[in-house]
Amino acid sequence: MSTSESNDTAFIEARNVWKSYGDTTVLERLNLTVNKGEFVTLVGTSGCGKSTFLKLLLGTESVSKGELLLNGEPIPAEPGPDRGIVFQQYSVFPHITVLENVMAAHALKRSGITGYLFGTHKKNAAKAASEILDQVGLSHALNKYPHQLSGGMKQRLAIAQALLGKPEILLLDEPFGALDPGIRSDMHKLVLDLWREHQLTVFMVTHDLKEGFYLGTRLWVFDKTRHDPQAPGAYGARITYDLPVGEVCDQKFQVIDDQINPKPDIQVA
Amino acid sequence: MTRVINATPARPLRIALGLLPFALLILLYLIGSDARLEANPNDKLLPAFSQIGDAIERMAFEPSKRSGEYLFWVDTASSLSRLGMGIAIAAVLGLSLGLLTGTLPMVSANLSPLLTVVSLVPPLALLPILFIVFGLGEVSKVALIAIGITPFIARDIQRRAQELPAEQLVKAQTLGANTSQILIRIVLPQLMPKLFDAVRLSLGAGWLFLIAAEAVAATDGLGYRIFLVRRYMAMDVILPYVAWISLLAFLIDYLLAQLSRWLYPWHVKEAN
Repeated sequence: MSTSESNDTAFIEARNVWKSYGDTTVLERLNLTVNKGEFVTLVGTSGCGKSTFLKLLLGTESVSKGELLLNGEPIPAEPGPDRGIVFQQYSVFPHITVLENVMAAHALKRSGITGYLFGTHKKNAAKAASEILDQVGLSHALNKYPHQLSGGMKQRLAIAQALLGKPEILLLDEPFGALDPGIRSDMHKLVLDLWREHQLTVFMVTHDLKEGFYLGTRLWVFDKTRHDPQAPGAYGARITYDLPVGEVCDQKFQVIDDQINPKPDIQVA
Repeated sequence: MTRVINATPARPLRIALGLLPFALLILLYLIGSDARLEANPNDKLLPAFSQIGDAIERMAFEPSKRSGEYLFWVDTASSLSRLGMGIAIAAVLGLSLGLLTGTLPMVSANLSPLLTVVSLVPPLALLPILFIVFGLGEVSKVALIAIGITPFIARDIQRRAQELPAEQLVKAQTLGANTSQILIRIVLPQLMPKLFDAVRLSLGAGWLFLIAAEAVAATDGLGYRIFLVRRYMAMDVILPYVAWISLLAFLIDYLLAQLSRWLYPWHVKEAN
């Protein structure tokens, strides 16, 4: 599909990327390009390296071999404001209120020593913060502390905060893994709206294949293609499926589902 | 029949059970005191409550014949100011060291081994050195408390800083924060209630160092007074002083707990 596009500077490009920790290879021979505005969902069994790939993009881990390029340049080896992140938990600051959490995002974006805002800056930040909180449906909880929020509200806050950094890329590491199904579909809608409105490139790691199939524009399935029973860490995972979402039949869904969620007992498909 | 493990006292019973040991102790004391005073009216070991009351009256509410000062309050003021200064210095130093070593790997590599070694030195063994270096005045007493407590607070704060989820620090960086912003806006405020906890835990050691330093060299102070009147076996002064020190220790701990709860409401609820 779009990987065959021949513009010389793809937005994100991996050239023969390997990632290993000591003797254990997690990812191997990754070659891919991603264009601006794509919404990629990453699925796979646990320990297959999908979160590791997200960390490579985030900059908290770096590649062992090969190149991972953003706009033709190697991705910086530390997190930065061009790449926003929402984790499954601990994404918000527990010691400040909802409004202050979003205002802090304004303050941290500015250069300075303390990360606190004063005077008109503070006033403007409060106004902008209330607006974005309104957009994610948290206007009723401005003065609550994160521990007073439900799981879904916390993630809304985390997303609002991440967007204020005006990132080009939004990384979501199983952001809805801990939420109830009903709340999840609300969150899906929110993420899709924001993705369109802010023209983000989104990478989302998920356990839930359905989420991967119906949420994004592109689905990656991570899996190991080679196994050495004597040395389970010898080979890393690759991307075994790279599919445009929306053009996939149910059969394929089932094949991938069986692959990433191996079921020991017999089950009717 | 209810198993003993499931039997919980109702509120009145619980209070009565809690008060019982205190009442028994007082009763035992009274019996012992009466018996000894009966045998020898000049006995000093277990003074009667009336004698203790006289001593309190003399120390706290009558000016001293020699200096004209109200000794009890003078002692209290000097002890509390020494303790307060020592603990304040330890808190500031410990917080700074803990914050920096807990968040900056370079500083940690540089200072953590030293901190570990220093925390193993028994502070009381340093007291003679402090007296030699700083003389017998206030500085050496305050320094003993500060030196005794700082390593504990620093290491506790360091551990708390390391316990903060790495996700928060990554998140702050993705919002564009630099190192000092992360330390001041994200890490430091979350360590403040932990500092209150650490200070509360180190108060006991603080009192220990205070009284030890006052016992060795001082001209006033609660610890000084106790050790001074020991020469005359003045139990009628020692006992109320010990009770007063315990009450002060309790009050300071209680006030710090309340202050922390009031300043950092998110912390109490988060811990639950």
